[in-house]
Amino acid sequence: MTIKPGEIAIVGAAESTRIGAVPEMAQIMLHADAALNAMADAGLKPSDIDGVACVGPMMPQQIAHYLGITPKWVDGTGVGGCSFMLHVRHAAAAIHAGYAKTILITHGESGKSRINATPRPPEPQSLNGQFEAPFGPMGPPTLFPIPVLRYMKATGTTHEHLAQVAVVQREWAGKNPRAAFRDPITIADVLNSKMIAYPFRLLQCCLVTDGGGALILTSADRAKDFPQKPVYILGSGESVETTMVSQMQDFTSSRAFRVAGPTAMEMAGIKHSDVDHLMIYDAFAHLPLYGLEDLGFVKRGEAKDFIWEGNTRPGGKLPLNTNGGGLSYTHTGMYGMFALQESVRQVRGIAPAQVPDVEISVCHGVGGMFSASGTIVMSNQRP
Amino acid sequence: MALEPGRPRPEPTPETKHFWEGTKNGKLLLQRCGDTGKAYFPPRPFSPYTGTRNVEVFEASGRATLHSYVIHHRPVPGFKPPYAIAVVELEEGPRMMTNIIDCPQTPEALVLDMPLEVAFTPMDDDITLALFRPAKGA
Repeated sequence: MTIKPGEIAIVGAAESTRIGAVPEMAQIMLHADAALNAMADAGLKPSDIDGVACVGPMMPQQIAHYLGITPKWVDGTGVGGCSFMLHVRHAAAAIHAGYAKTILITHGESGKSRINATPRPPEPQSLNGQFEAPFGPMGPPTLFPIPVLRYMKATGTTHEHLAQVAVVQREWAGKNPRAAFRDPITIADVLNSKMIAYPFRLLQCCLVTDGGGALILTSADRAKDFPQKPVYILGSGESVETTMVSQMQDFTSSRAFRVAGPTAMEMAGIKHSDVDHLMIYDAFAHLPLYGLEDLGFVKRGEAKDFIWEGNTRPGGKLPLNTNGGGLSYTHTGMYGMFALQESVRQVRGIAPAQVPDVEISVCHGVGGMFSASGTIVMSNQRP
Repeated sequence: MALEPGRPRPEPTPETKHFWEGTKNGKLLLQRCGDTGKAYFPPRPFSPYTGTRNVEVFEASGRATLHSYVIHHRPVPGFKPPYAIAVVELEEGPRMMTNIIDCPQTPEALVLDMPLEVAFTPMDDDITLALFRPAKGA
């Protein structure tokens, strides 16, 4: 039987006690700290959890053992920073199938302090190692923006448009005491910041921080007995394309986005106009543009104007990345968990920069350099 | 052009060996799907379009256009910043990552869709990279 919108709910959600620079915790403890906070949020103990999901380099067996959990179901799906959206989707299916009742999804990453962190150089026999690494990429800042100039030419997007993405997100971050960067910035500030990899400058690249987050899911029928108001999963979607950004089909659009986003919204049975709040994983300034277009919130080439005209800023008709995003809030390396946390807060009505009357939030993640995608639709109402 | 030492060195596998032998011998070898006739890259012994193992290796023209790029401004072993990390579109259709040589590494000189030609550039006795330069007479 097909899973129904609202059949599964998030009943626990929390970030690590501190984010930013957390040199007192190794990577595994960032997972555990967030997990303990999420269990406290849900009124649960480790012995109440029967399913565990996390993403490599941390494996479910490490987290389960560290926390003292004996799981009946695990998921170690690792497709980059959106892995958590896929974990939510897989956990919902597992609960629906009866494989587990109460599932914990964790993230922890010592991205800044690098305690117990795992380096990820491409292996020289891999396709990335043979056909990308020899040409000098050095991590995401040199790879993720590679399609941007093509997108700019195809859509008439300017450097100023791409700077405005960072400016608007800083406006949201200014309302959030936990955000790493809170001072207002201008387009000139962005365009005068240090050049990293043309066309992108420092303020168009995500932060590198330490932090963690965790979610607990159960069936909607059980969810009503938990202390927090349930956040219902209305729909979800996932896809992958390629680990090699040079091989993505279309440099102006992500195939993985075009599968995951519409799948989630169709499953939820919602229209774009039903969406009160939106998160689009912003590792770099172009991602909200791709996300808005590939998920169909605007037509091809219109995202630049949609953001420029203020639709996504505080008070706008489609509040976007309301925690400040990967550009201003936090970015441990796999930010998708933090996007999910902000959607949960907005739907619960407890976000620092709370948008009035949020019922439905869409949370859209990217993994790798456009290599994967996951989308979750949440609501505080069970249809 | 001699490459600075320090670049990550690719290690061929059974599925990609022909490509690297090709570049060493001054040939840019692609593969073509036996069902659709369409060229593809990176190398594999079957078609990503239909799954057929009926594929052939053929020599590409070496002509390409500049599809997109970044200009990296930070130090990396084997590279002198600023340097462009580019993706070119080959005349036969596939795209590949490369560097653009014999050209200033500036947005003014690196114009999208400009014509390019392959420039085989040895890393060592066994590995030759397919770099690209502005096409002559363009």
